[in-house]
Amino acid sequence: MPPDIEAIAEQVFVALADPSRRALLSELAAAGPATGTELACRLPITRQAIAKHLALLTEAGLVIAEPGERRRVRYRLRSAPMRVAQQFLAALARDWDGPLVALQQHLDKLEE
Amino acid sequence: MGFPDRIERTVELKQAPGRVWTALTTAEGLAGWFGDTATIDLRPGGSARMTFGEEHVANMRVERVDEPSAFGFTWHIFGLPEDDPRRTYVEFTLEPNGNGTRLKVVETGFAQLSEEAYKVAFDGNTTGWASELGELVTYLDAA
Repeated sequence: MPPDIEAIAEQVFVALADPSRRALLSELAAAGPATGTELACRLPITRQAIAKHLALLTEAGLVIAEPGERRRVRYRLRSAPMRVAQQFLAALARDWDGPLVALQQHLDKLEE
Repeated sequence: MGFPDRIERTVELKQAPGRVWTALTTAEGLAGWFGDTATIDLRPGGSARMTFGEEHVANMRVERVDEPSAFGFTWHIFGLPEDDPRRTYVEFTLEPNGNGTRLKVVETGFAQLSEEAYKVAFDGNTTGWASELGELVTYLDAA
C-alpha cells in the first residue's frame, strides 16, 4: 500500500468534517460541475467562504477546477480520494462478530 | 489513523469440523446463520449468493474448497458502488480442537490499491481495476 493512501483518506475525512464543505461536495455530486458563483446562489454560504473552501478542496484533490475564463471556472468532484476513504470505511463496517455469534448459536440449536 | 487491510477472527465451536463445514458451505447452512436466503455452487469458480432483508444481496465467487479444512470466496467490497470490480477475499479455516473446531475467518483486500492501480486510478482512469482484479484472482489461484 502506498504510504500516502492514509494521508489521502485523512484529507477526505478532514474535508467532510466541515458542514459547508459537505454541502459543497453534496451539491457537486448531486448536480454536477458548477462555478463558485452558481454554488453561492444555491447554497447558504457566502461567495468568499465558497472560494476558501473550494481552494482547500482543490488542494486536497477532492474537486478539480476545469480550465476556463477566471470567473467561469467550473469545479467538479473528483471521486478517486473518496474511493480510498470508502475502503477504510468498508473495513470498519464489515461485521464478522455478529455473524460468528449467529453461527455459534445456529450450531448449538441444531444439537438440541 | 491506521488503515486495516485484514480482518481476522477466531471462534471456538463445540461441533466437529464436518458439522461446521456444512454450516459454511451449503445453502441450508448459510441460510441458517449468515444470509436470510442462500444458494451455493460449491466448487472453485462456482457462484454463491446470499440475501439480507429485502434489498441487500451478496454475490460471491467460490475460490477454495478443501473439505473440511478450508473454504474461501471473494465478494464485493461493502460500501463501494455495485459495479466496482474490487473484491475482498474471505477464507475460513477449520482446525480440530478436542471434539470441537477452532474456526478462523480472515478477510483481506480492504486496502488492495497496488502502486500501479493507485496511479491509474488517480490519473482519472478506472480501467486499472480490471487488471487489479485479475492480479487478485491469479494470486488466489496460486495460493
